[in-house]
Amino acid sequence: MKEITLAATVENIEVVTDFVNEQLEAMECPMKAQMLIGIAIDELFGNIAHYAYTPDVGEATVRVEVTENPLSVVITFIDGGVPYDPLATEDPDTTLSAEERDIGGLGIFMVKKSMDEITYRYEGGKNVLSIRKRIGN
Amino acid sequence: MTVDKKLTGTELIIALAGRLDTTTAPQLEAELKANLPGVEHLVLDFAALDYLSSAGLRVLLAAQKQMNKQGDMVVRSVNETIAEIFEVTGFSDILTIE
Repeated sequence: MKEITLAATVENIEVVTDFVNEQLEAMECPMKAQMLIGIAIDELFGNIAHYAYTPDVGEATVRVEVTENPLSVVITFIDGGVPYDPLATEDPDTTLSAEERDIGGLGIFMVKKSMDEITYRYEGGKNVLSIRKRIGN
Repeated sequence: MTVDKKLTGTELIIALAGRLDTTTAPQLEAELKANLPGVEHLVLDFAALDYLSSAGLRVLLAAQKQMNKQGDMVVRSVNETIAEIFEVTGFSDILTIE
């Protein structure tokens, strides 16, 4: 298990992505899973950076773990900002035309669709959001 | 992310490389804002784009809406991950993907 704690800012999305990619490469994670996890980091850490502590800046922790049977990577995002359960958002209507489209909720929807599991809990004054992605058979 | 532009008459080809995400989407947005006036054919070449997040989708949607008014827009050479994102989000029905 490895983790990084840093200021929850948009600029740090890249730092988190590089940190996680380093772990994923060490476990020979397939490129496609790595890219889907990259998208999830952008959405989830981006959400924390934009909304958790507004208008202040707070800290967030990102933890990377490997679980067996099936071989998966679990990434947990922890912040002490306003309680926010992204799983409670309604899925967007993906059948609308360009003119009718509203982009809201699309990010978390993509994460839901591309990860094998997402869990959220509010614990000890912190938002704890985990995503799990299978990386083997 | 790097952005390569080629304007030929009223056709603008924009080739992206890297990631189109929260950090880089504003860069594409600014390029489009500056270069789209007068363009009738917009080609977005994604051959070297690794992936895009919802921040990138937002910019693509805005570009598609604008090009619906002044011409057409094509997204070219998407990889498997990006094709899947377009499929899941319904963007494959909104965009013209070649």
